[in-house]
Parts: sequence; structure tokens; C-alpha cells
Amino acid sequence: MADEGSPGTEVPGELQEPPLATEQAEDPTAAPESDIDLVAVAPEVLADSLEDYLKAWGRRIRAGESGALPIVVGLIVIIIFFQIERSRFDSAINLVNLLTQAAVYVLLGAAEIFALILSEIDLSVGWVLAVGGFAIAELIAPPVNFPWWLAILCGFGATAAIGYLQGTLITRLHIPSFVVTLGGLLLFEGVAIELATIDKSAVGGVMSVSTTSPVFKLVNSNISPGVSWIILVVVLAAFATLSLSRASRRRSQGLTAPPLSITVLTIAVTAIGGVVLVYICNLNRGLLTPLKGVPWVVPFVGLVLFAYSILLGRTRVGRYMYAIGANPEAARRAGVNVQGIRRLAFLLSAMTAGIAGLVYISFLGSISTDVPGGNYTLYGVAAAVIGGASLFGGRGKPVHALLGGLVIGIVFNGLALMGISAAGQYIATGIVLVVAAAVDALVRRSGAGGAV
Amino acid sequence: MSTGNSSAELLSLRGVTKRFGPVQALTRINFDIPPGQVTALAGDNGAGKSVTIKTIAGLWEPDEGELVWEGKPVHFHGPRDAEAAGITTIYQDLALCENLDIVQNMFLGHEVLRHWLLDEGSMEITARKTLADLSVTTIRSIRQPVASLSGGQRQSVAVAKAVMSKAKLVILDEPTAALGVAQTRMVLGLIKRLASQGVAVLVVSHNLNDVFEVADRIVILYLGRMVAQGPASEFDASMVVDYMTTGRSARGRGPAHPPPAPPAPPAPPAESRREG
Repeated sequence: MADEGSPGTEVPGELQEPPLATEQAEDPTAAPESDIDLVAVAPEVLADSLEDYLKAWGRRIRAGESGALPIVVGLIVIIIFFQIERSRFDSAINLVNLLTQAAVYVLLGAAEIFALILSEIDLSVGWVLAVGGFAIAELIAPPVNFPWWLAILCGFGATAAIGYLQGTLITRLHIPSFVVTLGGLLLFEGVAIELATIDKSAVGGVMSVSTTSPVFKLVNSNISPGVSWIILVVVLAAFATLSLSRASRRRSQGLTAPPLSITVLTIAVTAIGGVVLVYICNLNRGLLTPLKGVPWVVPFVGLVLFAYSILLGRTRVGRYMYAIGANPEAARRAGVNVQGIRRLAFLLSAMTAGIAGLVYISFLGSISTDVPGGNYTLYGVAAAVIGGASLFGGRGKPVHALLGGLVIGIVFNGLALMGISAAGQYIATGIVLVVAAAVDALVRRSGAGGAV
Repeated sequence: MSTGNSSAELLSLRGVTKRFGPVQALTRINFDIPPGQVTALAGDNGAGKSVTIKTIAGLWEPDEGELVWEGKPVHFHGPRDAEAAGITTIYQDLALCENLDIVQNMFLGHEVLRHWLLDEGSMEITARKTLADLSVTTIRSIRQPVASLSGGQRQSVAVAKAVMSKAKLVILDEPTAALGVAQTRMVLGLIKRLASQGVAVLVVSHNLNDVFEVADRIVILYLGRMVAQGPASEFDASMVVDYMTTGRSARGRGPAHPPPAPPAPPAPPAESRREG
């Protein structure tokens, strides 16, 4: 537990017993109730007005629980920087490109989140991605000719099985996840090469995806502008209804809920974000023929992250993952099946890498043995960490992968537009990673952070 | 909450003996823990306090002797058994997850679900009520992560967690060891309220201030033997120090069953039984 924040009030280790002090009564009759101040249900909890709420929020930030704030600020700074440097950065075609490019980083980051929450790491995701990608590409192509959905299910199933296998090795044999998944990184590179070799339709190790297949269309085809708007309205309406009804239910139960103004503000900000996104995507970005609409991959990634957020934030399994990440002994004593949850986390991590593999082959329209598997693994870790997940366990959300993946995507994209060499791009990305980690550490040190 | 069983005691240790290889950790320990009272287990380092509570908590089975729980002999084969019976042990590490908030910690392993999802609302209501019943009022919001709590507040959360698990006996291992004066007072008040709810409390401590402030009964161990037990009113500080450091008290005014000579074969209390 490295990011425990509070000053050392606890002396762990029940065996160490301080020596028998010379007990002298200092105030044995003092009434125990005397120091209880009557802030039972706190100002923060009873924040009914917007002002109170903002104050409570400010307190949280000062206490080191800044959440995603630094990374959001950083993201905006980076965008403004590229905007000043390069006017093409905010062109519709580039912004949509950026979203599709970043999708793989976001998904790899989400894969890594599962491992990081548990204070573990999954170094195999880069090549598991390739295995999943090859599996799907070969299954939809002749001679197998599976329907696209079956091929995708098989691909996800195969990668999930890989994760289960790694998780079993880690939990049953107590081998560190670093070692098992490092072995996996090498092993699955070999498997990917083998997959490319045995399939005769993989010419020169390149397995292409038919442009008529829905697998190809995931990234390369768009939802028509009209439908995009309708979907956006439906999603926003659902979000607004859920937020408002949840707040009102909590109030009717006598629990504290954020003031109505905050709920409305959140909904409004979300709506503006959604409208801007759909608006940009619906601009004509075609050079010769009209090209507009939201690429299917955008709601696809959104759906995956939403599902993961529910899993981690609102289910027992997710709760146990955070608990194990912070204090496995406490979770074990509470009756949690610690090893089972660990296996599940590695299964989900590898399966998410498989999902990233689907997006990867869709983006490129092919997959070859040139997948930068090692780099992709590290981008996944970087995306999660830049976004705000902790390498020390217990902290991380799918939204962190989204933010971190976008940062990596934007840095690569923006630097490429500026004509900076690959060397420069790597250096810049490395610096961004370290700066993000440093900001996080500094913010956290200033307070008693460590919140989920 | 106390169970009206025939004997007044919730838990009795009868001739409990524990050896680790050549080390005789406990030698025929006898004492009783009544419900609704705070029993303090005192003793110097190496007196056997930790072994005793771990035996009660089911971590170790006694080599000889037995535990009598609610009038019946019991054999705990692991902490699970003891917990199922209603014994909760709060070790010094408290077993809290710093990244989870108070409600989440209190319900860890016992979450309430609604449509497959966590029912945060009802959990929050229950947690709030439990804390209010214990008069834990220094916590700003029960939605704050445990990482932001003081040592005393964490102790309160751990105790509230035990209460919520419907524990009949709560064992606290050095609950005030790492706390300042005000927080110690807060935790001691909490322990008293816990007992007043009918829960039996066993507090391990060698801070005599705490012992006298909170305990209804005192049990003193010395080198793995029970050298004195009785109502707290029958002791004073210097007697307890004598018992803890020498195994006997110069002032012979006898608390309940004091076997005076420590190295001598133990003189078990009157009604003690031995496992056959």
C-alpha cells in the first residue's frame, strides 16, 4: 500500500507491543463524550447549495483528492498547444482520426486498469491484442468464413481464455503477475507469428480484412448524421433521467445528494461535450466525396467503458477488486474470494486486449506480425497511469483509461502534424508520462489522498 | 443482544494450554467473559495476550483445555468458525481498505444488492444508524475514504463493522496503542457503549489508564498463566502492575482467584473443568 496518505497513526503488526510504560494516571475520569463535536452529519454532506458544494469540492482538492482534474487540465493545455502550433489540428478530419487512433490506446489502458486496481500488472496485453486480432481476421476470412459476430466472439473468448490461464498461474502458483505476463508477452508474440504463418491466406504474414466486413466498418464507417443526433439525444436523456432520479431517490431516503444545480450542471456539461463531439464528426471531412458522421468505433468504445464502469463501480465484484488492491488481507478476512477475483481481473484484462485487437484490425484493415506489441503494452500502462490509475493498486477507473489514452493519442497525433520525428514523439510521450505521474504524486502528497 | 443461556458467561476458557514446540505459550488459562461487560486482558510483553485472543478467534486450537461458548464446548477450526459463532476480532491493523469509504468498508463482504447492483442507499442508511447508535459523531461524512480518517475514527469504523456483523463478542487488540489522548478517550467511550448494547468486549491492553477507565472485569496474564481475575473494582493500579510484572501482588487482598506463586503448578479456579 504505497499511497496511503494519512500520517502514521497506525502501527501495523500486532506482535510488536510497546514496552510496559510507566503508567501514571493523567486523567482517568475524563468523560469520553467531551471531545465529540456535533458535526455529526457534516457540512460537506449537507451541501444543499451550489456554494456549499463548491466549497466541499475545493476542500477535497486541497486534501489531495483531485481526482481527474489535473489530467483534464493537462488535456486542455495540450490541445491548446497543438492548436496554436498547428491550425490543422482542429480540423474535423484530424479530430475524428484522432479519436479512432486513440481508441486502441484507450482500450489497452482499460485492460491495464483491471490489473492495476489489484496492484498487479499485465505486460502481455500488446501481443494478446495481436492474437485476438489475428483470430478475428482469420475467422472471418476464407476458408473459415465465420459470420463477423461469431468471429468476434471467438476472438474475445480466446483472449479471455488467455487471461484466465495467466490469472490461474498467478494465483495458484503464486508467481508474480509481472513474470507471468512478461512470459505471456513473449509467448503470444510467438503465437501471433504462428497464426500468421499457418494461415495460407495471410500473404507474407499480412492478414487483411475485407472492406465489406462489419469488422472493417467498425472504424471506417460512420453512423449517419441524423442517426448520430438521435442516439446522442437518447443517451443524454437517459443520463439526465438517471442522474435526476438517483438524486431524488437519495433525497427521499434521507440521504445527501448533490444539489440540483450540480446535477443539472453535470448534465449540461455532458450534453455540451456530446453535442460538440457529434457536431465535429458530422462536419464534412471528405476530400473528394462527402464524408460525415460519427465512426461506429466511438460509441463502441464508449459502451465498453460504460460497461466496465458499471462493473467496477456498482457491482460486488468491482468493489472487491478495489478492496483487494488496497488491502488483500482485509478482503480475505471479509470473506472475499481473493484469488477468484484476481483471476477474473486478468481474464478481463486480456479480453479487453482482444477488444483492442478488433479495433486495431478494423483501423488498419489488416494485421501483420509487425504489431508493436511491446510498445502497445507500455502505452496501455502509460494510458492508465497518465489518466490517474495507481501502480500501487486500489485506484483506477475506466474513465482514467479514456483520458490517458486520449492524451497519448493527441500527443502522437499533434507531434506528427508538427512534423516531429518518431524520436521526438517518443521523447515527448515519455515526458508527458513522467510529468503526469509527478503531478499526481505532488498533488497527493499535499493531502491525504487515496480515494477511489 | 445477550443470549439468555444457563451460565451467565458468554465465553469461558477452561484450562486452555498452547505450546509452540518447546515454548509453553499458555498454561491452563481459565477465565470468563460475561456479556454486556468489558473484560480487560492485561499482561506484560510475552505474557500470552496475543496467543490467548488468537486462540479465542480460532486462529489456533488449544492443545489442551476448551472454550465454552454460550454454555457449550466449542472447537474453532479457523477464524471462520469463530466469526460464524459471533466472535469478531479487531487487530491493530484494523483490516480496513483505505481507498474505500466508510460505508463500503463497513459492508465489505456483506454488500446489499438491488437488481444485481450495489444498493448504496440502503447500505448508507444502515451504516449511518449503526454509527449513530455507537454515538460516533466525529466523522464528517460517511462517504469519505478511510484514508482521510484519524486513528480513532478508523477504530470506530472497525468497531461499527463488528457491530454490524452482529458480533456477540468483540475482541480489541490494543485499540488505543497508536492513539493520542483525545482519540483514546473517544475509543474508550465507544467500547463502553458497545458493552452497554449487550455485546461482550475483550480488550487487550497494557495501558493501565485505559484498563481502569473502561474495564468492568480484569484478567491478568503473567508468563502464560492467568494470575488474577475479578471485577475491576477489586484492583488498583499498583496491584495490577505487581501482577503484570511479578505474577503476584504484595498486598494479598485477593481478587477473585489469584494463584499467588507464578512458577508453581497453576491452581485453577474453583469450577474449572478439564477436557477429557
